[in-house]
Amino acid sequence: MIEIRVHGRGGQGSVTAAELLGFAAHSDGKYAQAFPSFGSERMGAPVQAFVRISDKPIRIRSQVYKPNYVIVQDPTLLEVINVLDGLHEEGLLLINSKKKAAELGINTKIRVKTIPAMEIAMEVIGRPIMNTTLLGAFAAATGEISLDGIRKAIQHKFPGSVGEKNIAAVLKAFDFIKKESL
Amino acid sequence: MSTTFIEGSIAVAKTVGVCRPHVISAYPITPQTHIVEHLSELVADGEVKAEYVNVESEHSAASVVLGSSATGARTYTATTSQGFLLMIEVLFNIAGMRLPVVMTCVNRAVSAPINIWNDQQDSMTARDSGWIQLYAEDNQEASDMHLQAFKIAENKDIMLPVMICMDGFVLTHSFDPVELISQEQADKFLPPFKPEYYLTPKNPLTFGAMVGPDGYMETRYFIEKTMHASLQVISNVATDFHNQFGRFQGGLIDTYKVEDASLVLVAMGSIIGTIKDIVDELRAKGQKVGVLKVRSYRPFPKDEIYKALSHVKEIAVVEKAVSLGYGGILVNEIKSVFYGKPKTPKINGFILGLGGRDITADTIHQVIKETAKAASEEKFVGLNEALIGGK
Repeated sequence: MIEIRVHGRGGQGSVTAAELLGFAAHSDGKYAQAFPSFGSERMGAPVQAFVRISDKPIRIRSQVYKPNYVIVQDPTLLEVINVLDGLHEEGLLLINSKKKAAELGINTKIRVKTIPAMEIAMEVIGRPIMNTTLLGAFAAATGEISLDGIRKAIQHKFPGSVGEKNIAAVLKAFDFIKKESL
Repeated sequence: MSTTFIEGSIAVAKTVGVCRPHVISAYPITPQTHIVEHLSELVADGEVKAEYVNVESEHSAASVVLGSSATGARTYTATTSQGFLLMIEVLFNIAGMRLPVVMTCVNRAVSAPINIWNDQQDSMTARDSGWIQLYAEDNQEASDMHLQAFKIAENKDIMLPVMICMDGFVLTHSFDPVELISQEQADKFLPPFKPEYYLTPKNPLTFGAMVGPDGYMETRYFIEKTMHASLQVISNVATDFHNQFGRFQGGLIDTYKVEDASLVLVAMGSIIGTIKDIVDELRAKGQKVGVLKVRSYRPFPKDEIYKALSHVKEIAVVEKAVSLGYGGILVNEIKSVFYGKPKTPKINGFILGLGGRDITADTIHQVIKETAKAASEEKFVGLNEALIGGK
């Protein structure tokens, strides 16, 4: 079983990102579970959402404390909370930022990747919502979900042209990470 | 069968929709749930042909389903926490009038202090109301239970309301794979509601009239008797469901690796899933551990529980509610199961997860560790020592 924690701020679509990740994994034929950190959500306040993906039915219902992957939607959160908390040593921290990982001053041996998701979302979708863009980067960096799974998840959640734009942003982010690792 | 990746609340709303309710009533304010929110969309879109009544309080929502059920309509409502408490007066009336209303209690803590998170104190507070109470382990079971609930409630030998209790947030806000029930499947399982008695100008009757000391006690006697009769009906409906859908989540109870266990954890609701993972982990190390799920809490299946646990040496009851001034509620009832029996296991009670305190694998490990200690006792698990000033 792999576990994912998504950090964001209320209004950035962190719960939707988790839902889409779970939906994509489910489309790929795996078992999945996605849920928000429960609370009274407020716009702008730090929020978390969680995903579990497994080859077997998922029964555990606790929050995620030792994620394999952490996704950070808002780089300003790095100053507020310890996004590395509990992250596996061989895991990955994926951050929405136009800076390179080394420039962020994160003191860790764990693999860190950045993606200018906000810039990609503004260019392709035309709105500052980068949750779907990050999914493309996540798929490229980890291989845990397929592009086809993400496409199905987005088409289900956002039918029509909104979905198509989001899918275009996903593909751009996917290519960005793939080219970087060449 | 294929599953849909769907939020628990939405899955339940869709199942209620295919049960063809005539009237749905809800109070659209926090604390409410996505269940009635999605049902209002289904009704507005014409997918569910029901009358949807928005009201000004939870008390009124319960009153609307009471009144409409008395006219022979199939009715549904859902609420949680404080809203549930506001309904309680009417809940007793619904049971007293023998109206087969189905409702979802999304389990959440009650005030004060204000807390919107999950525990099971709300529904436990209506334990003695005359409602059948079923507790769901996961979203598949929560969804399936609603179809079963109408069949149990509307059985002409039962005619009692059924409450599906479903852990707030933990289940309602979680996306999981769920096999949804089609309209065709639901119609095959659940016949139209045709009560023997209902309010109609053609045949005037009175429901819930005044009954003095000469007759009131008998109404309680009959509900109690019917509760006992409903044990068989709940079990039969679960079997019918299994036969048609191939899914079985237990009848009155469900057991997991209990047959040869020396220690069994007893619980209700979504905590069962987490416990099953720990059971497998400990079994791999050679420890004989199992878990018993109380699926039907009212009626309380004493005989089934005794049969399942009579060989067990130790029992740990874990629960998300407390009878302040006594202690654990479920543990008290599990203890009563063994009263007068030849052998009594050691029974420990643990109160945990109140007000949304996360129940982790460590919490369950701690319960098992405490159980290994000598005395039978009851305690809170997972307290923040800093907040209670040390031990």
